[in-house]
Order: sequence, then structure tokens, then C-alpha cells
Amino acid sequence: MPTADIAIVDYGMANLRSVQKAFERVGFSADITADPGRIAGAAKVVLPGVGAFRDAIARLRESGLADTIADHVRAGRPFLGICLGMQLIFTRGHEDGLHTGLDLFAGDVVRFPHRPGLKVPHMGWNTLRPTRPDCPLFAGLPADPAVYFVHSYYPVPADRGVVAAESDYPDPFCAVVWKDNVYATQFHPEKSQEVGLTMLKNFARL
Amino acid sequence: MLTKRIIPCLDVDRGRVVKGTNFVGLRDAGDPVEVAKRYDLQGADELVFLDISASHEGRAILLDMVRRVAEQIFMPFTVGGGIRTLEDATQLIQAGAEKVSLNSAAVKTPELIGVVSQKFGRCATVVNIDPRRVRKPRPTNSLERGTVLSSAPSEAGNREAGADTAEWWEVHVNGGRVPTGLEAVEWAKRVEELGAGEIVLTSMDADGTKNGYDLPMLEAVGRAVNIPVVASGGAGSPEHLRRAFEAGADAALAASIFHYNEYSIQETKAYLAARGVPVRVVPVRV
Repeated sequence: MPTADIAIVDYGMANLRSVQKAFERVGFSADITADPGRIAGAAKVVLPGVGAFRDAIARLRESGLADTIADHVRAGRPFLGICLGMQLIFTRGHEDGLHTGLDLFAGDVVRFPHRPGLKVPHMGWNTLRPTRPDCPLFAGLPADPAVYFVHSYYPVPADRGVVAAESDYPDPFCAVVWKDNVYATQFHPEKSQEVGLTMLKNFARL
Repeated sequence: MLTKRIIPCLDVDRGRVVKGTNFVGLRDAGDPVEVAKRYDLQGADELVFLDISASHEGRAILLDMVRRVAEQIFMPFTVGGGIRTLEDATQLIQAGAEKVSLNSAAVKTPELIGVVSQKFGRCATVVNIDPRRVRKPRPTNSLERGTVLSSAPSEAGNREAGADTAEWWEVHVNGGRVPTGLEAVEWAKRVEELGAGEIVLTSMDADGTKNGYDLPMLEAVGRAVNIPVVASGGAGSPEHLRRAFEAGADAALAASIFHYNEYSIQETKAYLAARGVPVRVVPVRV
């Protein structure tokens, strides 16, 4: 199996095997690791995550992985954030109080509005609407690709230019951001069957 | 647009997929790993795996089975059955479940919902509710106000005369064997407050009958909460799923119709799509 030298950051917030096996399915091995040295040496870094913003950012800081990730991004190497891993790269999270994120992108992570009839979490398969179809993650996707979301919060980037795709619930929200070497998805590509696997393959091939 | 999820449900007893009627009379329906793989290839939107044996000795077998199923699928995966503690939930998530589904233990110790939700998030915390229609006095401690079945308006007067004779939905636990005195709509609201991110609502009356979901119950629960509600129990045809979505379900769970190849996932989705239900239609993988 070819190695794309991918490190999946393990900070105790999820079962990461689902991400690893998705890369394997498209032909790339990936390491699950909590070792800052291994992550610092990796060509590509993936930050998954489920759970609460506050706990996650605290664990990244305590373990020193927050700095490791920031250094990786500054060095211009490919980075992929998934779900909570996307939210963490923004300036601030509003879940259970206000918490400072990694601030790689300026912006806030906010909750879907409390509105009669609007079920939160936003849970299920929703259509992805690329706003920048040239984003390398989207190569080879079918028209109107559907991806799996499960989240109550979503990022609002200060610079709308970083948004690469949106979805609607019922208003448009940011589903993918992309700037230079940094990619992040609010949905779970590893649980989005062919569409998600295609995006992971695209990332591994960068 | 957010689509309605079609979810095959694997009831697993001692390592085999089984299906019964009204929670009894089990029939074999295959190896969980093979069945799960088939549904992933057919484009199912999620897989639910319920361990219905849930014996203590069976726990290690269950974890191994969950691990093997998780290896084969690239869609969301919910596991329930016999979860009594945070440790049980943690083991299942570590074995590859994305969401865990609490049932009996949530009734006995409602705090468990909050504990699991705090650790893994609301998004990973599902509560299964198994109500049955009953006609008996309601324990006064379970309800502040009565919720008379919307399908039985004629009983409103009846209720005035004597509330204890009106039909209501009583939550049952332990595979449907033990009544709890809890009314389903009230319990649904409570589990949302406690931290549940989704409810799987299984009608014990309809389960395995293939006569359709309990639509009035779905409507009542769906209106009462602001988290997704999954219809369960009674699916016999794609039309039953359509009616469940019309009644407000966010997802529909079915077992027999898929296990015994009466309808494929694709046929079901094609039927729904043709009738205006938003579903995810995907080409079949081989």
C-alpha cells in the first residue's frame, strides 16, 4: 500500500479507525498517533474529532499538539480538519461558553438557531454545493454530491473567500473551507461512502 | 437539502441477525458482517445494530462483532442493546460505533443519558423508546398532564369522565417485557433535556407486524421534541416509510423487508423519490 505519510491526530476525542480505514480503502496507509514528533514529521496531517469544543481544545493545548499542528500548517503542508477538527481551526467556539480555538482561520463557530421545527443536531445526508469547484478535494465528484453531517455548530469564516462549499439547513452554512494547504469539512467524509472516499483520496494525492 | 434517512436495522442475537414479531419468535437472517456489507453497497444511509441478547457473557462477542461490522462500512453506525454504564458505551465507541443507543438503562438511571452525552456529545447519544398502547390508569408521578392519543379524539369525553380509561403510550423496557409507567411523549421530552441527540421510537404494537408504523405516536413525539426522531416498528412496504416521513419522521428504520429481500434499499428509495420524498439516490457499488 503506498504511503502518503498521513498522520491522524489522536487526542482522545474519537475512534479514529473509521478515518484510517477510509484512507486504506482508497489505497493509502495512515498512522493514528498522539506523538508530536511523528506528527511534526508527517507530510500530511488529519485532525478528526467529535464531542465538545472546550474539551478538545484543552486536550490539544495540554498535549502540545496545538503548536505542532500550527507549525505543520505554517510550513505549508497539507492539513485536513473533519467535523470538530474543522471547528477547532477557527478563532472562537461558542459551545458551552466562549472558547479560543487554534485561530488558523478568523471566524466564529456558532449553533444552528433555536427555531420551531428545526431539528438540532443537523443529522443526516445533505447536498454539498461547491462555491469554488476548483477545490482539489472535489475532483471527480458526481453532480449534487450528498455527504453525511452530524453537528449542532458550524463555522462562520470572517473571510467568505475561504468557503469552498456550502449546504443548506435551511439557510446556507459553510460546509468546506479551503485556503492554500488547509482543507476542512464540517461533514464526515469517512462516513460518506463513495463521495467521501473520493475526497479523502484527493487529499491523500495532494 | 437534508434527505430522509433509510436505515436497515440488524437485531443481533448471539452473533446472528434475527427478526421476530412483537419482540418474540426470532428467525435467522444471516451473518451481521455480510448483511452490513450488503447494505453499505446498496447505499443505505445508516446502519443500526441492536444486540438483543445482551447477556453478560456475550459482551466480548458483541464488541468483536461491532469491530468487524465497522471495518466493512463507510456510513454512520449506531449500536445499542444492553448498555448499562458509561464504560459499556465507551467500549462500543472504541470498537467503531459512531452513536450509542440507550434504552432500559436510560429509564432506570436517566443520568446515564447526560453522562454519555457529556463525554461523546449529543450527536453520539441516541435513546431508544419502546412504547406500547395501553388502557390502564397512569401512575401520577410520571405525568403532569395527560396526552390522549390524537387518533382517538372520541376519548376526550371519556378522559373527562375518567382519565384512567383513555388509551396511552406506555414506555416498556427489557426487550418490551417490562412496563415503566412512563408516557412516551413526556419521556421523549425528558431525554432531549437530559442530552439525547436523537430518538429511535419503536412501536411495540407494530414491531414485526409489517402493518405500518404507529403514525399518531410518531407525530406526537416529533412535534414534542427538537431532535431527530427515527420511526421504527411495523415497516412492511416502501409506502409505510413514505407515511412515516409524512408524519414527520426524520429517518425510518426497517428490518424484515430488507433482510428477506422483499424490497431493496434502492427500490425503496426510488419509490420514495418518485413521490417527492427527499432521499439520497446513489449508484449501486459492486
